[in-house]
Parts: sequence; structure tokens; C-alpha cells
Amino acid sequence: MKVHEYQAKNFLKKYGITVPNGIVTDDISKVKEIAEQLGGKVVVKAQVLAGGRGKAGGVKLAKTAEEAEQVAKTILGAKLHTHQTGPEGVLVKKILIEEAANIEKEFYVGIVLDRAAEKYIFMVSPFGGMEIEEVAKEHPDALFKVFIDYLELFPFQARQLAFNLGLSGDAFKQAVKLFLKLFKLHIELDASLTEINPLILTKEGNIVALDAKMNFDDNALYRHKDIAEIKDDSEDDKLEVEAKKYDLNYVKLDGEVGCMVNGAGLAMATMDIIKYYGSMPANFLDVGGGASVETVRNAFKILLEDKSVKVVLINIFGGIVRCDRIANGVIQAAKEIGVDRPMVIRLVGTNQEEGREILKNAPFSFYTFDTMSEAAKKAVELTKGGN
Amino acid sequence: MSILLHKNTRVVVQGFTGKEGSFHAEQMIEYGTNVVAGVTPGKGGQTHLGKPVYNTVHEAVEKEGADASIIFVPAPFAADAVIEAADAGAKLIVCITEGIPTDDMIKAKRFVVSRGATMIGPNCPGIISPGKAKMGIMPARIFREGSIGVISRSGTLTYEAVNQVTELGMGQSTAVGIGGDPIIGSTFVDILKLFNEDDETEAVIMIGEIGGTAEETAAEYIKEYFKKPVVSFIAGRTAPPGKRMGHAGAIIMGGKGTAEGKIKALEKAGVKVAESPALIGETLKEVIKK
Repeated sequence: MKVHEYQAKNFLKKYGITVPNGIVTDDISKVKEIAEQLGGKVVVKAQVLAGGRGKAGGVKLAKTAEEAEQVAKTILGAKLHTHQTGPEGVLVKKILIEEAANIEKEFYVGIVLDRAAEKYIFMVSPFGGMEIEEVAKEHPDALFKVFIDYLELFPFQARQLAFNLGLSGDAFKQAVKLFLKLFKLHIELDASLTEINPLILTKEGNIVALDAKMNFDDNALYRHKDIAEIKDDSEDDKLEVEAKKYDLNYVKLDGEVGCMVNGAGLAMATMDIIKYYGSMPANFLDVGGGASVETVRNAFKILLEDKSVKVVLINIFGGIVRCDRIANGVIQAAKEIGVDRPMVIRLVGTNQEEGREILKNAPFSFYTFDTMSEAAKKAVELTKGGN
Repeated sequence: MSILLHKNTRVVVQGFTGKEGSFHAEQMIEYGTNVVAGVTPGKGGQTHLGKPVYNTVHEAVEKEGADASIIFVPAPFAADAVIEAADAGAKLIVCITEGIPTDDMIKAKRFVVSRGATMIGPNCPGIISPGKAKMGIMPARIFREGSIGVISRSGTLTYEAVNQVTELGMGQSTAVGIGGDPIIGSTFVDILKLFNEDDETEAVIMIGEIGGTAEETAAEYIKEYFKKPVVSFIAGRTAPPGKRMGHAGAIIMGGKGTAEGKIKALEKAGVKVAESPALIGETLKEVIKK
């Protein structure tokens, strides 16, 4: 789960990490007053979850409160197009107004999971402000990493990090403290990614988190109700949001074959086989290893709500889940929602004969097959107007 | 020989009296698995499915000689269950539970490794040595005793592949679902090493998917050390970057973990990668013929 910059900064503040003074607002008429309160010279920052907002013009400096208002008008309520939002862009509903800092030096600071090492890594680089992938590519030697073995950053490691940024004196001490607090925060809140880019040394000699990005482990949200509560899903696809309400794993894609599959691996494989036969999947949809009548019905609803779906392909390998139940779920859903597009069903596993019999006697015409390839071939053929 | 799980493996079921635990334990017993006990804290002293129930895994190990544990405990308590099993001396720990926080697994894995135990999962279908024993939730009837080793990050895609293999008249030595999470007990390489030393296993099917670099690491191992033919399928050629595809670990990030990259690495290591998920069995048949 992602959170906005201002939300991440609130967590940082709670852990005693210095961030610029700032106020978040969704009201353009308050901008001037806020800017005055912050000393006039401010930065106006679009609060969107999509990355790449700086390059897309979502972060702007204003020298006076009047200018801040002018700048805010171009950002707040407008659509921002970054490399992550696609051509539709994302509507900016909130802006963060912060006092402008006097930057002496900029650094990159990040905590990520290294899956191969099965540990978190704490990374720093003197190339602040650049995207980390770019730094890794262009200045790999300038990326310093420490591996965290026990979900705890040790003080000597924090010192290593600060020395590698070339810090000394009071700034060094501030950075060491910040790194220790930041890692504690990362673990205590079950973050999956914590990034400060840039962390700055100000001309006044202070270490300040100028930006903040945090992602949280979805599996751990049950023990962080306060974080789960601030989730903003307004930038997500509408059908994806709806699917989540039903506990369905759904991802919207660009193709025309709507898929309903049990199990994530088989769901991906089903998408792949649709491409293999010459079409593209309209979605990823995993109804879970133990799909019930209820989940099948909900999944069906989501699939048909997507108007780009021309054909529905249901691929169920019933292990423990019984095929007769799935067949009943499909028919029940079809009756409730109505079927206006061709349906191809591949149903194998426990009670598959009963399942097929139920589908055969249904008042709808389904195309039923025994194998995944036959079913996928048929579905692709149907997108091209065959029958 | 099969790997990890054998006819004589003495299995304890954690979360034994719960709905999931009961259902699958019954099927495991029916299959012939040597289930010796169950554990549900607070229900010690009862009998369930004809087996004794204990409060702790330590008691089950002490009194019934259990040496393996399968876990059907809800996600918030699952990592603790894994650590308990390892502390009690279980040598094989299979964790079926989905949705365990990453940090919990980092801790649990370190503990399991420190005790010299082997963990399979979490978020997996388990392990089966056909004709011998099953610790998992897979449908037993699609499996057949034989000489093909199977390793997979996915549940139902494993069933799909196994079904193809069985229908072509071949069987499996052991099939291991290693799980779809970012942090898992045993990786492809861990299991490949066991298949490499297993006389009964003639060839291996390895089913991977997008996310992480476990397939690339496996490819390096295969190239250097693996003595038997390997056939693979990688799911997610059509998956977009930055989106989690069902499994917590199935996500392409920063250009890493793509299906293309994995397929390339495997092919370079001499692995035959099936073009379509429907061709896994056929591809295997071709490779074995040679």
C-alpha cells in the first residue's frame, strides 16, 4: 500500500525526523495565507501516489505568497501526466505547501527488501534527487549499502552510512540519529519501502528529509489500523477497487479476453496462453484456490462490467474446489447479471463430470472444453468474430 | 527415493482442529500419510480424526516422535507456529498459510535455518511424494508415482503441469510447491540440490513466474551443477510492470523480474522452456526422449 508524501512525512515526524514546515490543503483560497504563514518563499507539491511527479511539473518553487497562489492554481485540480499514470493522467486533489529550504547538499536514502539475500538493505548515495535506478546504472560505485540481518540497524552501520556520504561534525551526528530512527520506523510500521530522496544538508547545517516515500506491506496492515485507514484508492482502477472489496485479486489490462481463473500462477499462465494464440487478456483475475459460488458470482460481475471484454474465458483447475459448485456459481451469476458476451469454460478437477453436465443443461450456451489450449484457442477465435 | 517427504515421515498438523486443518489432515491421512498427532493450543488431551491432540509441538515431538510439521494456522500467528515447530525439532516444516507479513517471515526463516530445519512455503500447496505421503492441499488423484521432480511457485499451475505429465503416462518422484511470497523457506536451488542427489528423479519440471531473481539464480546453479534434464515454464509474459499479480512476490520492479529475463537465463543454462502452459508435458516428453 502506498501513501502520499505528506502522510509519510507525518510518520517521519512522529519518529523525530526533521521535515520542512508544511501544510497540506485541497482549498486554493487558503494557499496565499498558508504561504505567508510559512514565510512567503515556498514549494508547492502535488500529492499524488504515482511516481515521477517532479519531472511532470507537479513540484514548483514560488518566491512569494502571491506567486504561490498562481503556481498552486496550475497544479491543484489539474491533471498530472507522469510516466506512471499513462495518458489519462491523475487528478491532483491535494497539495503540500512547504517552506523552501536552502540546500547545501542532497543525498539519496532508501530502505528496500533484497529478496535474494532475504534481508533489508539500507542504501545511501551522494546523488540525491536522482531516481535510484538511474544512480545504480550510472554511478554504481556511489551507491553504498548495508545489509540488515536482524531487523535492526546497528549504530556502527548508521555511522558507515553517514561516513560514506562524506558527512562530518554535527551533520554527521544528525544523520546517524536519523538513519537509526528511520529504520526503526520502517520495521515498526511494517513498511516495504522507505525512501528519502533527497535528504538534504541545509546551508544552516541541518539534516532534513525534503521528500518522503513509503510503501507498506499489505499483509501486515491488520496490525496497523491507522495506516490502513489512510489508504487512498482514488488513483486505482475503479474495477480493481471494487474487486478488492470482494477479496478478489484483479488487475485491469488492455486486451479483450476477460479471464477468470483459480490461483495466481494459473491466472498468469492463462493470460500468457491468450497471447500465445494471438489475442490479449483484458485482465488478471484470481478467484482463489478455494473458489466459492459467492466469489465466482462477484468475479463474474467485475468481468462483465469491463466493456472492453469481448469474450469471457473461465479456466478452473479444481483441486480441492468442486467443479459442480463452480458450475452452479457461474449459472447463478449468469442468471442474475445476464450474459451478453460469449463464454468459454474449461473446468477440470473434482466432480468435473457433474460440473459439465450442469453447464450443458443450463439455459445459456457456453463453450466447454477439457484443456486449457482448446479453450484459449476458442476464446481468441471468438474475439475475431468466429463462432 | 523421494525427497524430503517419505512413507515413514512422522507428521504433526498445527492448526489441526480448525476447519482448513481438519479438512486437509483428513485427506492426508486418507492418502496414507503418517500423521501422528495434531497441535491446537488449549485443546491438548482431545482426540481428533483418531489422532491425539497436543497443546504444543514440543509435546507432539516428545510423545509421538513427530519429525515434520504442516501448518494451517491463520496468518497473524503462522510465523510463530513455524518457529515453534523448528524449536521443537521438526526437520521438515510445511507452511500453507497465505498472507504472512514479510518481516515475520524474515525472522522465522532465520530461526528455521539456525535450527537446521527445512521450511517449505509459506503461501504454497505443500509437498507430495506420490504413492507415499502428502503434506499439503493438492488434489492427490492427479499425481502418479514416477520419476519426474516438480518445483513450482504456484499451486494450480503445478496441478496443471502435473496433470499433463500424468496424462502422458509419466509420474512424479516428489512435487514441491515452494510458494508465491517474496521470502520463502526453500528456493528453487534448495530443492534442485535435493533432486540432483535423488536416484529416483530422472528429470525436473521447474515452474517459475515474474518477480524476484530466484529463477535466474536457479539457472546459474543448473548450468554449473545440475546433472538431469530440466523443463520449465515461466508465467507472466503478459504481466505489466509495477503490478502485483495475485502472489505477493509476483511483481516486476525497476525492470527486474520479467518473464523474458528469466526465460533467457534458463535457456542459456540449457533448460527447455515451454512456450505455452499447455505444452509443459509435451516439452518434457521431447526432452526425455533425447
